[in-house]
Amino acid sequence: MTTEPANPAPRLDNQDPGLFGQTPSQTVGPFFHYGLPWKGGADLVGQSDMGARPELFPEEHYVLNLSPPKGAVAGQVITLEGVVYDADGKPVPDAMIEIWQANAAGRYASPDDDRTQIPLDEGFIGFGRASTSEDGLYRFRTVRPGPVPGPGDSRQAPHIAVGVFGRGLIKRLVTRIYFEGAPENAADPILALVPAERRETLMAREVDGAWRFDIVLQGAAETVFFDV
Amino acid sequence: MSLILPYSREDAGQPPSLHAPYASTVARSPRQPLVRIPHTLTETTGPAGCWENLMGSSLADLTTQHKAMPQGQRIIVSGRVLDENGRPVPNTVMEIWQANAAGRYIHKKDQWDAPLDPNFTGAGRVITDTEGRYQYVTVRPGAYPWGNHHNAWRPSHIHLSLLGPAFATRIVTQMYFPDDPLIEIDPIANATPLPYRQRMVSRFDIQTTRPNWALGYLFDIVLRGREQTPTEDPHDH
Repeated sequence: MTTEPANPAPRLDNQDPGLFGQTPSQTVGPFFHYGLPWKGGADLVGQSDMGARPELFPEEHYVLNLSPPKGAVAGQVITLEGVVYDADGKPVPDAMIEIWQANAAGRYASPDDDRTQIPLDEGFIGFGRASTSEDGLYRFRTVRPGPVPGPGDSRQAPHIAVGVFGRGLIKRLVTRIYFEGAPENAADPILALVPAERRETLMAREVDGAWRFDIVLQGAAETVFFDV
Repeated sequence: MSLILPYSREDAGQPPSLHAPYASTVARSPRQPLVRIPHTLTETTGPAGCWENLMGSSLADLTTQHKAMPQGQRIIVSGRVLDENGRPVPNTVMEIWQANAAGRYIHKKDQWDAPLDPNFTGAGRVITDTEGRYQYVTVRPGAYPWGNHHNAWRPSHIHLSLLGPAFATRIVTQMYFPDDPLIEIDPIANATPLPYRQRMVSRFDIQTTRPNWALGYLFDIVLRGREQTPTEDPHDH
């Protein structure tokens, strides 16, 4: 006879070794504005309030806004903006967009990009975060990225990786921004995986001096989202 | 040319984008299949280790940001950030935001009729150490009603955001509390099926609890890991 219980109670929390594995994703909810965006977060070359929504909470609670000064950045400074739409064509006012990109020379500010022959920019990290406005509009100021290597010997066209979060989005959605008219687009190995009739949804277009990239979560003009 | 080591794909524990019981997903989730792409430098790199240049300093004690102590049960949340191979993820930023002890956010769009606490912002940020460990101090958030369906209440939860080492490892999640009866009827938590849902439930821990001061909870976050292990000498075969 054993004194051990036949069916020990399961350890129903994430310290259970039997449950070990990737933590599930959850929505950021509608109330992330005082916790996630920070001053300078959507301005990758400066320190403006762009992308934050300080009008959504009392000023004394704007505590995450201390982005240090940025140095001069090489390359062409661009504005990147667009509206996030839902299935009914309504703007999404409580979404958050993140971008990750190489610098103008095509190098990522990451220890995993060890191509030391390509210069790093002291003041440019290449990560940004913006909340959408009441009208569903997000806006970044950044530099136009250079091309980066692709699988094998291929070369990727200049692009910006994009993550979309928001109320109603249990999981981050991932897409990419390419630049309409860039000669490298024709040979881009990732664009080649996208059905030709949907590639247009990945192209930013120059409108009134800004690069415009709308994100359509669902519907006829649905943006291409990637499984990364 | 860099050696590109891809990250593993999402495992079975990840929720779908469309989970109709969470009503807001219905018009906001894509209907076209995701296009699977190989991992390139874009996905395997990320803003690792430069968080201080990005955002500024750490704010690991959410109870000392104002003139007085916030209302509610003070708690210490501690844990590790690991990859799915069990390796620690050091020097990564975890961002934190939450409702106050009465279940109300300071956000102006939060119209729930519970008291605001002038001494509680409910936002902070902590960095993992060389062993992937983190710890922050806050108050236990309250449950609150939301308009998803009749008699809908969100369980007590703390929102957590981690950048991890790469674009591919980025995650936003929520930490729940053990023995909360609202978890099993919450459409957001339940988008993740059992048993994986339990990966979002913390454990009360008497070792983390400090006498006469605060209750302690343990919560580990597991990020995606590399698909293959780099060898010590890539030419050794």
